[in-house]
Amino acid sequence: MLKSRFSGLLFQIIALALSFGVVSLILISIDASPTEAFRNMFKGSFGEMRKFAEVLVAFVPLLLVTAGLLVTFSAGLWNIGVEGQVVLGAIATTWVYRYFLESDLPPALIITLAILGGMIGGAIWAAFTGILKVFGGVNEIFGGLGLNFVATALTIYLIFGPWKRPGVASMSGTVPFPDEFSLPLLANLRISPWALGIALIAIIIVFFLLQGTYFGLKLKAVGKNFRAAYLLGIPTWQYAMYSFLICGALAGLAGAMQVAAVYHRLIPSISSGYGYLGLMVAMLINYQAIWAIPVALFFAALNIGSIQLPIVMKLDSSLSGVLQGVLVLFALLVEGARQKFIKKGQNT
Amino acid sequence: MRKNFARLVSLLFVFVFALSACGTPATEAPPAETEAPATDAPATEAVTEAPAEPFVFGMLLVGPYNDGGWSQAHYDAGLYVEEKTGAKMIYLDKVNPADRPGTTPDQLAEELVAQGAKLVIFNSDDMKDASTTFAKANPDVYVIMASGDQVWPDGKAYQEIPNLMNIMGRMEYGKMIAGCAAALSSTTGKIGYLGPLINDETRRLTASAYLGAKYCHEKAGKTTDLEFKVTWIGFWFHIPGFTTDPVDVSKDFYTTGFDVVISGIDNSVNLPEAKKLTDEGTPSLAVAYDYINACDAAPEVCLGVPFFNWGPDYLAAIQSAADGSWESQFIWSGPDWSDLNNHDTSAIGFVKGDALSAENVAILDEFIAELAAGLDLWTGPINLQDGTPYLADGEVASDQQVWYLPQLLEGMQGLSASE
Repeated sequence: MLKSRFSGLLFQIIALALSFGVVSLILISIDASPTEAFRNMFKGSFGEMRKFAEVLVAFVPLLLVTAGLLVTFSAGLWNIGVEGQVVLGAIATTWVYRYFLESDLPPALIITLAILGGMIGGAIWAAFTGILKVFGGVNEIFGGLGLNFVATALTIYLIFGPWKRPGVASMSGTVPFPDEFSLPLLANLRISPWALGIALIAIIIVFFLLQGTYFGLKLKAVGKNFRAAYLLGIPTWQYAMYSFLICGALAGLAGAMQVAAVYHRLIPSISSGYGYLGLMVAMLINYQAIWAIPVALFFAALNIGSIQLPIVMKLDSSLSGVLQGVLVLFALLVEGARQKFIKKGQNT
Repeated sequence: MRKNFARLVSLLFVFVFALSACGTPATEAPPAETEAPATDAPATEAVTEAPAEPFVFGMLLVGPYNDGGWSQAHYDAGLYVEEKTGAKMIYLDKVNPADRPGTTPDQLAEELVAQGAKLVIFNSDDMKDASTTFAKANPDVYVIMASGDQVWPDGKAYQEIPNLMNIMGRMEYGKMIAGCAAALSSTTGKIGYLGPLINDETRRLTASAYLGAKYCHEKAGKTTDLEFKVTWIGFWFHIPGFTTDPVDVSKDFYTTGFDVVISGIDNSVNLPEAKKLTDEGTPSLAVAYDYINACDAAPEVCLGVPFFNWGPDYLAAIQSAADGSWESQFIWSGPDWSDLNNHDTSAIGFVKGDALSAENVAILDEFIAELAAGLDLWTGPINLQDGTPYLADGEVASDQQVWYLPQLLEGMQGLSASE
């Protein structure tokens, strides 16, 4: 046990060193200083309150998506469609807002309805993937991926079609909603404490759902061995559907936050790639809810901190994406190597 | 066993980040790039106040800074201001929803301010809302919103924002010349127009190209029927998955008898396509857009390029911000007719391309001279695309009528509004 824990530590240090090493090599190859780059990224994300608030803005949807993915991963499902579920959440939220644009209802109620609408929108979109999987035999990876494209197309159609600005169709999105439709933000910052609170509550609920409930246990049983779980009397396909619905609702919630707390309108790239990024976070934390917060925060910080690279060092900010991707690859690779190593040790 | 996996990884992240943050600045890297973060050096600043700090201005570019089009024209203007005044430019390019997901232009503008910018230029119509938001939230930072109309008192969207200025060139003239060059050079009489998205600006510029084409088609006594068709791609440049591919649109034009394609988007991807098709046996010509050297991409098929020269207006605005004489205003600058391509005086210009024949050069020069002498093609009778009269016989369009052209004009093919 101790030995394995030690080897785990060793291998993870290797993974981390390799990732930073690869990125540093890339930087050196273009005559840029790696220390300078990492320092700028750190300063750009934690250097001051305003920047940290931007990190939190990215952290909220990322954490929500990760929370949702933990549920589907527990059930052994690869919900690639999470990106589209975020988009549909945003579309549904926008739809509710538009519906109540002229109404006299209190704004707080409208915001609540819009957010709930977003959750339902995301859940319905996830249900499509689930139905395709359970009843159509379509692998959730392909079903989800296809539905992601449909979701993007639907956004573009709405922005350039029925929901376009008067006389003008613009990539900058639909007409912004009135200020009272926005979740309250902290003074002079762009982060909404409400959004942050909702995201943290969501991950806590998911944590307890998976760790402390019978439901979570059954879900994991389905994930570990579908056939065995079925033979043990767990209604397997229902549990697969539940996990899709929960994940979709959380992804939809992320989309709702993007509309209600960040952009205040529907824009073409409303999901901002947080669905795919959430998949990376979920893989990196090895599907354990407790680590979602620090790792999602780290990924959000990379996203925001990397904006400094083009401004200060004239480097491309996609470097953060390279680091994120390389990190996940090496973490998986090294973990695989470690398992092999352990097995070999046991055999001899 | 695997439980600690994540814990260690995340702890190490923090560790490495802390290390790289605490570490001394890289020795061999030029430290000049990151000098003087305004926030944490008041003491030293007070001491070393004597050498005047250069005025720092920031620029948000919607496309790549070297796009050979709209954004590069802005970037070069920034270099021009640097050269003329000693001011310092910082910029961020590719500020659009596809390239920088999860950010907003106003947020990115704040990053420029954090690096010392006292004035921020928003270079795209796409950033109009964001520039308003930013200007209102940062009343002590000067804002230039290029191509916008927020502070035009006679405009439809007027708002009083003391720290914001709108700047635009009267590209209508450039487009008329472009349209003329296209009509003179087309053998089929069919001209294609590569449109970005549909709004006031693109409608009036496309219509101007049509007016120029129509005028010169008649002037040269062409026997063909003039056909002028616009296809909108959906954004200022190609974003895979979001817009139609302008290269495909150009190809469709060229292979269906439209032997000249005028670019109206932020770059001139119609040029390489025209060259390729010409080489393959389909004679194709192109008019570029936005950037003075845009014809260089394929000179042999280029009829010319109407370009923006933002330098003079940016220079004046930035100087006024630096010396305190700033005034919120709407600037819509015309060409310097005495010297159309003068770098220091003309807000727009036109560079003739190699593909324009000597005979057509003569006619085009004559047309330019007529414009300089006061010829206004925005004179009635002009009907809108659906036949609604827009300008009565002899009526000259007001600035508002041109700026807010509600539809394309009668005789033009293509959508007037997004469906």
